[in-house]
Amino acid sequence: MQEAMKKRAKELLASGEVTRVIGWKKNEFDYDITPAVFESAEEIDRDFRYDDFCGPNLSKFTFKNQKNDTKTLVFLKPCDTYSMTQLITEHRVNRDALYLIGIPCFGKIDIEKIRADGTDGILSIASEGADVTVKTLYGDKTYVKADVMAERCLACKSKYHTIYDELMGEEGEVMETGRFNEVEKLEAMTPDERFGFWRGELSRCIRCNACRNACPACTCESCVFDNPDTGISQKAAADSFEENMFHIIRAFHVAGRCTDCGECSRVCPQHIPLHLLNRKFIRDIDKLYGEYQAGEEVGQRSPLVNFTTDDAEPDIVRKGGK
Amino acid sequence: MPISEFKPKIVAFCCNWCSYAGADLAGTNRLNYPADVKIIRVPCSCRVNPIFILRAFQRGADGVILCGCHPGDCHYTTGNYYTRRRMTLLFSMLDYLGIEKERTRVEWVSAAEGAKFAAVMQDFVKTVTELGENKRLEDRRCKKP
Ligand code: SF4
Ligand code: SF4
Ligand code: SF4
Ligand code: FES
Repeated sequence: MQEAMKKRAKELLASGEVTRVIGWKKNEFDYDITPAVFESAEEIDRDFRYDDFCGPNLSKFTFKNQKNDTKTLVFLKPCDTYSMTQLITEHRVNRDALYLIGIPCFGKIDIEKIRADGTDGILSIASEGADVTVKTLYGDKTYVKADVMAERCLACKSKYHTIYDELMGEEGEVMETGRFNEVEKLEAMTPDERFGFWRGELSRCIRCNACRNACPACTCESCVFDNPDTGISQKAAADSFEENMFHIIRAFHVAGRCTDCGECSRVCPQHIPLHLLNRKFIRDIDKLYGEYQAGEEVGQRSPLVNFTTDDAEPDIVRKGGK
Repeated sequence: MPISEFKPKIVAFCCNWCSYAGADLAGTNRLNYPADVKIIRVPCSCRVNPIFILRAFQRGADGVILCGCHPGDCHYTTGNYYTRRRMTLLFSMLDYLGIEKERTRVEWVSAAEGAKFAAVMQDFVKTVTELGENKRLEDRRCKKP
């Protein structure tokens, strides 16, 4: 797939259809992949990558690196297309200046899972079908891909592309992978257990804001967390209140717009399961206001800027009707 | 602190057009409601951002109640329909984080419902008194000794 993508990107650059390409590039290590803008065939030949480490969602990167006066090619994995569709719905990117190519994804590898196994001194990693081969200073190791796949990919919601101008590979389908199982487990706990669980998770947050910076739904010109007047601006949380505050507010801001792309959990250096907050909102919305998947099609109306006159009353929470 | 001495601090966000007038009516009719309820007037219930609710807890509230016009009667036509969705989801999230769900409430109180306003406040204060002090969403730096 990588070679076909490179070829197509170079074709489109050569024909002048696009002048920039947004894709992934490898850095020092095989697993150290970052989004990048490519402007020439040479750059593509040298740096362009598409493999099982290309986790970053290019939609947010496109939002930050867009240009209005020229056309940019963007490669999108299925989950990235949901984010892109949502950004178009919210008028955060200029659709006319984009050429979107949908590409297949077979699940991305979470390097932390390999490291957690005590694997150190990694020289190279190759992922081929169900096998992941790691060459290290101390010898080679092989893993079963499913064991080292990112959490979000194990619970992948869709292999279907919600938007593209051109599709490479086969179109996939929306899937049912039990992504709400963990949420249900938490719901079944007592409030005290839940409180304990979240204290354990959220107290590790160092307020690096990586989750916000990577989130395709967080594209506000001036974020509440950057405004010193709100009293909740960027700083390490001083107590449990502030830890809760940041996460409740951020999850609330993206509720109804979060596509469950999983970027927030992926980038969190503290491995906080942020998806469990977003999925709670998604599930509540599904149950109370009808099934809703953000980023499914352009122009959808988010359930939080919508209503019906016979919506459930907030009391439903207190009375445990849900 | 023994339960009998504990007086909860309650913050009541009341929309200007119905609930605030309802509170006023409770007052002019000399209906009793606990003095621990501090009313904050807002133009419409949907003016209340989730941050306001959390901030009230941070600054020492033990319970936060939000009052607005009855659905369909909002002065701005549809404001409270949005309030309804937002608060339902917010309260559910608080519960999910293990924060007592009895500490937050939404009630619809019209300008003519002075008696309802008093009754709602009495009931809410009673519930929060039974729960005791807010410990799960507090900021100790904001609490007076
Ligand atoms: S990425 Fe993780 S550690 Fe950083 S602010 Fe978000 S939750 Fe906290
Ligand atoms: S909150 Fe997380 S899962 Fe949701 S859109 Fe943002 S990064 Fe993606
Ligand atoms: S946290 Fe809220 S204000 Fe900040 S960028 Fe995200 S949605 Fe916008
Ligand atoms: S004006 Fe009372 S709820 Fe909107």
